[in-house]
Amino acid sequence: MSSSTREQCDVAIIGGGPSGLAAATELKRLGVDSVVVLERECEAGGIPRHCGHSPFGLREFRRILSGPSYAGKLSTAAKSQGVDVRLNTTVVSIGESGQLELSTVDGLNYINARKVILSTGIRETTRAARLVSGQRPMGVMTTGALQSLVYLEHKKPFKNPVIIGSELVSFSALLSCRHSGIRPIAIIEQNPRITAHLGLKLLARLLGVPIYCRSRLQEIMGRRTVSGVKIETASGKTNVLECDGVVFTGKFIAESSLMRKSHLQFDQATGNPVVDQFGRCSDADYFATGNMTHPVETAGFCWSHGIETAQQVYAALAGKLDKFNRRSVIYPNNSLIKYAVPQVLAIADNGHIQVENRSDSQSIQIRVNKPVKGRLSLKSGLETLAEKSINVLPERRVELELRTLSDKRLPETLYLDIEEAD
Amino acid sequence: MARQFAIEGASVLAVEKGPDILNGASKGNSAILHTGFDAPAGSIEHSCIVEGYQEYLNIRDKLGLPLLTTGALVTAWTEDEESKLEGILEKALVNGVHDAELLSARSIRKREPELSPRLRAGISIPREYVIDPWTAPFSYMLQALENGAELQCNCEVLSGKFDGSLWTVKTTQGIRKAKVVINCGGLYGDLLDEKLIGQKAFSIRPRKGQFVVYDKSASQLIGSIVLPVPNEITKGVVVCRTAFGNLLVGPTAEEQDSRDDASVLDATLRSLCRQGESIVPALAGQPITATFAGIRPATEFKDYCIRTYKEKHYISVGGIRSTGLSAALGIAKYVFDDYQVFDQKHFPSTPCIWPTVQQIAEHTTRDWQTEGNEGIVCHCELVTQREIKQALTGKLAAGSLAGLKRRTRATMGRCQGFYCSARLSELTKGFFELPIASDISQKGSGNE
Ligand SMILES: Cc1cc2nc3c(=O)[nH]c(=O)nc-3n(C[C@H](O)[C@H](O)[C@H](O)COP(=O)(O)OP(=O)(O)OC[C@H]3O[C@@H](n4cnc5c(N)ncnc54)[C@H](O)[C@@H]3O)c2cc1C
Ligand SMILES: Cc1cc2nc3c(=O)[nH]c(=O)nc-3n(C[C@H](O)[C@H](O)[C@H](O)COP(=O)(O)OP(=O)(O)OC[C@H]3O[C@@H](n4cnc5c(N)ncnc54)[C@H](O)[C@@H]3O)c2cc1C
Repeated sequence: MSSSTREQCDVAIIGGGPSGLAAATELKRLGVDSVVVLERECEAGGIPRHCGHSPFGLREFRRILSGPSYAGKLSTAAKSQGVDVRLNTTVVSIGESGQLELSTVDGLNYINARKVILSTGIRETTRAARLVSGQRPMGVMTTGALQSLVYLEHKKPFKNPVIIGSELVSFSALLSCRHSGIRPIAIIEQNPRITAHLGLKLLARLLGVPIYCRSRLQEIMGRRTVSGVKIETASGKTNVLECDGVVFTGKFIAESSLMRKSHLQFDQATGNPVVDQFGRCSDADYFATGNMTHPVETAGFCWSHGIETAQQVYAALAGKLDKFNRRSVIYPNNSLIKYAVPQVLAIADNGHIQVENRSDSQSIQIRVNKPVKGRLSLKSGLETLAEKSINVLPERRVELELRTLSDKRLPETLYLDIEEAD
Repeated sequence: MARQFAIEGASVLAVEKGPDILNGASKGNSAILHTGFDAPAGSIEHSCIVEGYQEYLNIRDKLGLPLLTTGALVTAWTEDEESKLEGILEKALVNGVHDAELLSARSIRKREPELSPRLRAGISIPREYVIDPWTAPFSYMLQALENGAELQCNCEVLSGKFDGSLWTVKTTQGIRKAKVVINCGGLYGDLLDEKLIGQKAFSIRPRKGQFVVYDKSASQLIGSIVLPVPNEITKGVVVCRTAFGNLLVGPTAEEQDSRDDASVLDATLRSLCRQGESIVPALAGQPITATFAGIRPATEFKDYCIRTYKEKHYISVGGIRSTGLSAALGIAKYVFDDYQVFDQKHFPSTPCIWPTVQQIAEHTTRDWQTEGNEGIVCHCELVTQREIKQALTGKLAAGSLAGLKRRTRATMGRCQGFYCSARLSELTKGFFELPIASDISQKGSGNE
């Protein structure tokens, strides 16, 4: 099909989770004519569709909802604003000038969009990517897979699994287990303390599930089905725990497969798309939003982020978001930093950063790899442009506000550093 | 084997102890279609590889079998390895691979710029290719079935007796009779020989090979199969693309006692990653999609152990060690020739039927690109509902979840089932002895 006969739209949004739906709804509200959400599942709503538990929706609907009813509400809101939500539609490749290749039940299709928003979310790091020893028995999965089995199909893949990891999502896995009569036998955490809020230890205790910190999964035992796991304890001893399943939780990474084979720049190490402070990708017709830009956030955060991104896209459509020829690249200069977003700052010809009128919400978001206490700073050579003292755990948001940079001339390279306090 | 004999008109029964075929050594391999350039000259293995290679190319259009015409490079990274290239080239020429060619590091890196600058020199083997480890054997078996063969899975051979004209074979599914028995028992070949003829001419020495499979984005880094200079025991760690659009690094060569423990070890996997990165530095930071291990049915001999027992109407096809995928069609021809001593008269079924199985290689037209695919179920590997339904039905229907994965690639991608497990569980309900999950309502069962 030649591109002239292809279907055209103003904005195509890839992924109909909270961030994509929020962006679509906002764009329609602002008066954009044709807004299309392309969603590969048979229903929109993203991850919350199969998070049968609460809390969702406080920010958006000022009510506590379960995942599925939250997903339903977001999707209804989008449709009633006139968003064209296309289900069972997988975007298989993205190209320059907003050309998208789709697979639907009818085979290949194409659409051309003036602007594209990537909101494809995240997934958890699998057993394979963690390089875990053992054979390949059934009953080894991620929380995502467990939840879709439990909540969408009402099935349970095991009875007494171990849960690997102690992020927020690990406790979500715990709740999903309880929902379906699965009794996890332990939560295994490598670090000295759980990654999620300490309060959640109480939840585990209430449910009678012990948490083993400073413990490392050594091997999955069993050939056809899981028969146990070997755990290395703090003292270097190996314990065998009998169980019939293993749930790998968290260690989220961006669902960036589309990007990895496209013309867009992305961060090799994290898989996150390279964006500027407006959420724009290296091709200015593309924007990214939601969890994929900063794994992992709550649904409410992603929803707000979707709305902000929609406003930038709206400005871009109206020609109000300047194309900047100059950029400052932010390099994390310390292995404590897991990632920093945005990775580049678009700067005006006079060397000053352009910030929006809603500048108070704009910041550089940083995640750390291990608990850190110290000073975070943004530097250009020897000069410190911004700094702040931090005391954070992994998977917690750290923000460095951009507003403080507005009176500075920015060079092409900036470095982020952390000086640990002793 | 089943295919060759069925096409020749023999009445064939294949029995497999697993719930599906490809349950043994064939479960995990590098999927290289070898030219035999480095095989022992004059060996049965070499002649079967050459024959199998040629036959694969001859029939691949008719069966719709995939082929990545990658070519291979034998690469030397040390002075010692470099000094061995001359010998390897000579052997390749003796083995009939006349287009093998010695290349400087510069000209190799021109072709493969992502190779580490540590490279010293290499040999190009232009006709060494990559194929799809599943589709090829599935096609062979399907063609056998379409031409009259019968396949019985979950059927283990326990013992047997030959009375001078007929074999009586005891299996877990009852007694079977046959005029001739061919043992293709892979990792259990020696044990099966003992059970059936009370003697064996070889002992299996299981040799495990672990692999790391990188994300599809990594396959852009390299075009050719990158082979090391082999040593006495192994062909060594290879870096090559797969037919599924990934990049694999492996295998290791580890002697072990177990014939079925295909476990991976974290330390070994990490060392494979390091080896991969030392060959292709840009592999650092590439996501890993899968890890797996396969077990080679190696023996004490440096050749296949194919032996005909004339008076027992029995052929043992043992020790098909690390080249069996390439050599399979050649081995079948070789064995069929040997089989002539039994003086059985067969008349080829006419016309020969050429079925095609589902295309799952990345560079072929896949189902998601066509109409009526019923939607995508596995998003990473773009597997459609229609493909899954097809794999669950028909003459060579999947007999286990693993079998379904090998036919469709479902859940084999980067998310390993994060997104599609639930729908897969629904679609496969009632098909497998070991389901993905049981209904939540069955609470009372088991250890609760
Ligand atoms: C197990 C778990 C429990 C959680 N619990 C909570 C909780 O209790 N409270 C809370 O606030 N948050 C929770 N979260 C976080 C919340 O679910 C996410 O923050 C939120 O869903 C992110 O929204 P998103 O739109 O960025 O991405 P997602 O929700 O991941 O949506 C992405 C969408 O894109 C689609 N997509 C991807 N690729 C393509 C493509 N190529 N073509 C078409 N469509 C595509 C996907 O199908 C999906 O629908 C939880 C997350 C997980 C994993
Ligand atoms: C790590 C690795 C890498 C490799 N790389 C390559 C490569 O790149 N190129 C290449 O050409 N080859 C390669 N190979 C070699 C190739 O995979 C093997 O040579 C081939 O799979 C051997 O096939 P087979 O049919 O002899 O054995 P198997 O696949 O083991 O088949 C034997 C079957 O017999 C069944 N069986 C056993 N006992 C009984 C019984 N009593 N009753 C009923 N059924 C029984 C088993 O269940 C099994 O399914 C590699 C192998 C490994 C392990």
